[in-house]
Amino acid sequence: MGSKHTENIDLREKLVSSFLAFQSHVDVDHPVHDIRSEAIRNFEIKGFPNRKEEAWKYTSLGKLQKIDFSIFPKKVNALEYSDVKQYFLHEMDTYKIVFIDGIYSSYLSETTHDGVDICLMSAALTKPIYEPIIELYFNKAAKGEDSLTSLNTAFSKEGAYIYIPKSKAPIKPIEIIHFATGKESSLMLQPRNLIIAEENAELQIIERHQSLTSNDVLTNAVTEIFAAKNSIVDYYKVQNDSSNASLIDNTYISQKQGSAVHVHTFSFGGNITRNNLNFYQDGERIDSTLKGVTILNNKQHVDHHTLVHHQQPNCESHQDYKGIYADKATGVFNGKIIVDEVAQKTNAFQQNNNILISDDATINTKPQLEIFADDVKCSHGCTIGQLDEEALFYLRARGIPRKEAQALLMYAFANNVLESVRIPELKLRINKLIAEKLGVHLGFDL
Amino acid sequence: MLKIKNLHAGVEENEILNGINLEVNPGEVHAIMGPNGSGKSTLAAVIAGKEEFEISEGHIEFEGEDLEDAAPEERAHKGIFMSFQYPVEIPGVSVTNFIKTAINESRKARGEEEMPANKMLKLIREKSELLEIDRKFLSRSLNQGFSGGEKKRNEIFQMAMLEPKLAILDETDSGLDIDALRIVAHGVNKLRSKDNAVIVITHYQRLLDYIIPDFVHVLQEGKIVKSGSKDLALELEDKGYDWLKDEVVPQ
Ligand SMILES: Nc1ncnc2c1ncn2[C@@H]1O[C@H](COP(=O)(O)OP(=O)(O)O)[C@@H](O)[C@H]1O
Ligand SMILES: [Mg+2]
Repeated sequence: MGSKHTENIDLREKLVSSFLAFQSHVDVDHPVHDIRSEAIRNFEIKGFPNRKEEAWKYTSLGKLQKIDFSIFPKKVNALEYSDVKQYFLHEMDTYKIVFIDGIYSSYLSETTHDGVDICLMSAALTKPIYEPIIELYFNKAAKGEDSLTSLNTAFSKEGAYIYIPKSKAPIKPIEIIHFATGKESSLMLQPRNLIIAEENAELQIIERHQSLTSNDVLTNAVTEIFAAKNSIVDYYKVQNDSSNASLIDNTYISQKQGSAVHVHTFSFGGNITRNNLNFYQDGERIDSTLKGVTILNNKQHVDHHTLVHHQQPNCESHQDYKGIYADKATGVFNGKIIVDEVAQKTNAFQQNNNILISDDATINTKPQLEIFADDVKCSHGCTIGQLDEEALFYLRARGIPRKEAQALLMYAFANNVLESVRIPELKLRINKLIAEKLGVHLGFDL
Repeated sequence: MLKIKNLHAGVEENEILNGINLEVNPGEVHAIMGPNGSGKSTLAAVIAGKEEFEISEGHIEFEGEDLEDAAPEERAHKGIFMSFQYPVEIPGVSVTNFIKTAINESRKARGEEEMPANKMLKLIREKSELLEIDRKFLSRSLNQGFSGGEKKRNEIFQMAMLEPKLAILDETDSGLDIDALRIVAHGVNKLRSKDNAVIVITHYQRLLDYIIPDFVHVLQEGKIVKSGSKDLALELEDKGYDWLKDEVVPQ
């Protein structure tokens, strides 16, 4: 076992006391530091969420808190590109913001300041030229009262910083990748990302957390995305981590008039994965799209908590999450939609379909609708089922054996979420991951 | 080729087939006609191996082997094909990928290599032309949003690709206009040879003008109540099925 489990270590205390040491590494006179100080106070009061809270009923962080995580990376670790190439979307050219054990790797990265800023949070939080932007956006979408968000805010120092000015679009997609080398027996990471798309800007981001060993990793990430008027943001989260890597992903998206933000979350692996995906619509004719494919086996656990807050009239939201659970895997989908009284003509759609392929697998799915406007279209539905026997017979009658037929149907079930993936190379990659995860050769190129 | 002896089958206590006897030899075309609910689709599904139906008595032999323990896919590998009365919609799997998988799984089961891609493409082109199927159609999700006629034509396309020894066509003519009917019949006739056989299940005499049967059987309440030549189909068209109620069941 790589991890050290000791009974008397309290992760909360350790984090709070580490903040003192952390302060000696950052500029305490920077305006952001006041935000950090307030955040650590909030975390100190609230601590880690526990299962008595409704929102954490099905996901326990108890075991993780018993692990003696290193809070700060001790040294700079290097990786050879050839060893980690498979985790990049290497079939195409991309910008890359890469971190190894929480530290930026300029060797593996490709950033730019050419018309757009695709660079580092550490630069944005220290260099004076970024101060006006930071003051305008930093921690403005993130929910201050959430304790894990506060924890991240307190230690915010590094991550991706992306700024796309008015009517600009980077020439290629941006990959944000966090590697954990396992050189540290158990490591906690807290990346902080800030992404701003100004009016009419357009960008595509692919994000991935990848542990390279079976040592314990806990990532508590916060990403804030600001989509200005008529901007388009595509965000793809690829979660296929090793079995001792846990992720708490807190993503906050603030959208203005006419913008379209599409977030796809592909959850295929990891120990405990919690996705808190929050959309706030602040303008008219906004499109918010949340799609997910979750395929789990063994004892993997994924908890999707989504929120779409419709605060203005004439907007849309589309949620479509598909889940396939095998072995003792557990899943949660909790989709909250709030429609304010002023948000007339809202069109909110939510769908969560699940297939359980083992008696020991479980899924808890729950829509949570709070609708205060009267002229809205709001539909939601969830299903939990087995594979369609008629369809299975049809495939088998054509000579496709039971196991392959099942895989083909599961593939098809998950596949329609992929239709909206706008990077063909990524779509192909995800297709392959799905086939791999289902453990079959489908007899054709996906 | 196919020998069905005293076949009783149904769902739980509900018996749907009550003692079917049928023998089909290579090169023959048999038509099975009968009113709605008489058990035609059940018979087809039982031959294809649908596990939902339980066989309580009798047996089915294909090329001298008892089919009792054969899974649907194994029956397909032996060369049995059923064109579904209601083909299932499968979103997310294209017609092409489906048929490629089906062909290669059958080849694998017979210990053969996968079909080379160029040969597969050529075959797809040839068979889709035979059935006058638009190439664009082949990249669509299997049966999803297809019209009734498109579904049936797609079934026959699959049959043409798989080249089965025994093809069972369950109401393939319903939902087809006269042009489509001609195309489909042409596709079926192309497959006919001295080595394979066809069972055509239909309501109407119409299809039998194009696929001419050697034998016509009438199924009523789970039994074959009359068998005859192709003229029997014409007689049924004329008189309906009621007159047969008084017929003595042939032993
Ligand atoms: N899965 C089933 N469960 C129960 N009854 C069935 C099932 N399938 C068919 N039946 C019944 O068996 C009878 C014959 O049906 P079917 O074979 O579809 O007739 P046909 O194809 O001749 O119209 C009908 O009464 C039908 O309701
Ligand atoms: Mg029928």
